[in-house]
Amino acid sequence: MEGVNWIGVATLYRREVRRFLSVGAQTVGGPAVGTLLFLVVFGVALGRHAPTPGGVPYLVFIIPGLVMMAIAQNAFANTSSSLLIAKVQGNIVDLLLAPLGPGELLAGLVLGGVTRGLLVGALTALAAWLVVPLPLVIPALALFYAVGGALVFSLLGVLGGLWAQKMDQQAAVTNFVIAPLTLLSGTFYAVNTLSEPFRSIAYFDPVFYIVDGFRHGVTGMSEAPPLVGVLVVLVANALLGALCHRLLASGWRLRQ
Amino acid sequence: MPPAMTKHDQPMAVEVAGLEKFYPGTGGRGGNHALKGVSLTIPRGSIFGLLGPNGAGKSTLINILAGLVRKSGGTARVWGIDVDEQPRAARAAIGVVPQELTLDPYFPAHDALELQAGLFGIPKAARRTDELLQVLGLADKATAPARSLSGGMRRRLMVGKALVHNPPVLVLDEPTAGVDVLLRQQLWDYVRLLNRNGTTVLLTTHYLQEAEALCDRIAILADGQIVAKDTASVMLRGLESQELLIDVAAPLASVPEGLRGFGPDLTKPYRLVFRYAQDSDSVSRILEAIRSADLHITGITTRQPDLEEVFLKLVRGKP
Repeated sequence: MEGVNWIGVATLYRREVRRFLSVGAQTVGGPAVGTLLFLVVFGVALGRHAPTPGGVPYLVFIIPGLVMMAIAQNAFANTSSSLLIAKVQGNIVDLLLAPLGPGELLAGLVLGGVTRGLLVGALTALAAWLVVPLPLVIPALALFYAVGGALVFSLLGVLGGLWAQKMDQQAAVTNFVIAPLTLLSGTFYAVNTLSEPFRSIAYFDPVFYIVDGFRHGVTGMSEAPPLVGVLVVLVANALLGALCHRLLASGWRLRQ
Repeated sequence: MPPAMTKHDQPMAVEVAGLEKFYPGTGGRGGNHALKGVSLTIPRGSIFGLLGPNGAGKSTLINILAGLVRKSGGTARVWGIDVDEQPRAARAAIGVVPQELTLDPYFPAHDALELQAGLFGIPKAARRTDELLQVLGLADKATAPARSLSGGMRRRLMVGKALVHNPPVLVLDEPTAGVDVLLRQQLWDYVRLLNRNGTTVLLTTHYLQEAEALCDRIAILADGQIVAKDTASVMLRGLESQELLIDVAAPLASVPEGLRGFGPDLTKPYRLVFRYAQDSDSVSRILEAIRSADLHITGITTRQPDLEEVFLKLVRGKP
């Protein structure tokens, strides 16, 4: 067989999407509601005392952060759980026996993760929009960061799914790496308000640039130079994509 | 698609030469040399049995052919395609039914077959999902959740998944383990049908009598090495596994001097058991020696070995 197995890639993508849609309440509805609860809690708790970072109302400020958090966590969860569950159940052989190259496998898996991340993010944004109108200042920029951020975390999910051999390991990555990264990267606060050394440390966190860039697209307010954020997203995706491709080609933790 | 068979040099369905697999050790434990220079050819159109005890390397060999395990050395070709040089084409030429029942619970039988065909790049119009469901007796369970299928149905669905791309080589790894007699018979009937239609079948099984009845050729793998390979009947004929049981009138305290050259066992005071090769003149020489030893014969019984005995003898290195 020569060339790209397009039917195989499309099938794998559809399989990934059907997999999470078949338990939509758990994979889409639940995360969207959970994210909105953050909005309610912060809105009610802070009320009139809420800060206005960069002159932006606090709820308008945190909604892009929450949406990006939902995108990131769900993109990661989809690819990592898909791979790990298939490994644990043994049906990973369906993928390994098929004539799919590492790039084709990666494309099908990652696009599935991106789709789930964007779907949960869109639902969250739509629900939040009903309560707090969002300006959506630069739609193209917001879309770039939404897709780019989903891609970054979808690729991270592939790494996590390849590495983990049991549920406990995947949960450890989710709880100790992904959750802190998405919660502590300027989702709820302006990094410029942090004291040193936390402010400087935040500028070394690539997820900060993803959250900040998305917020820039939605509200027009940003803390980091826009070009740096775009470069961070592009470089992170290129590096993660190359690493995932290499690991899949080598059969790391898949083929003995 | 696999390459067409040439008329001039009838290539093999499967060819492995000097195949090596070494699993590195972990956590201070030593590694495992699972395959030690295995060479094997499987003719096209045959049903080939690969037998061996647990841990002999059967699944490792099969998984190398399927691309699930990376070999440490040697060469492997499926339908003339090198598994290293053209891994995707090699995978397209082989269908594998793994030993474990590994079904995705999210998808019912019809969808599972459709998805597997899609992963193999089969266009919708060329898929034969309904045909497979029908022939495997799963048509009435096409939309039932995978979890609701019985063990036998799951096994049949696994066979269907291995056949979605109509592979010229079908590998069945212990396909009837834990399957009831009726279903086992149905599966073997279907395997015979596939074989009659041109599919080469490679199977591993612990049901040695079935391998004897079903397989054209058999190879026995023990400790990572091929210890025998031939047709089942030749394998049985060529071994000194035929038994001649002689009952004598007077009890014996030991094997008489004149018979010791044949190495018989005195299993009872009245019974001597001789072993000999089927295609030799041993029986007449044994009987002549018994007469020379002045033993009065009261009974003669011969016993044919079955494949299980041959298997155990080869694997353990003793009768």
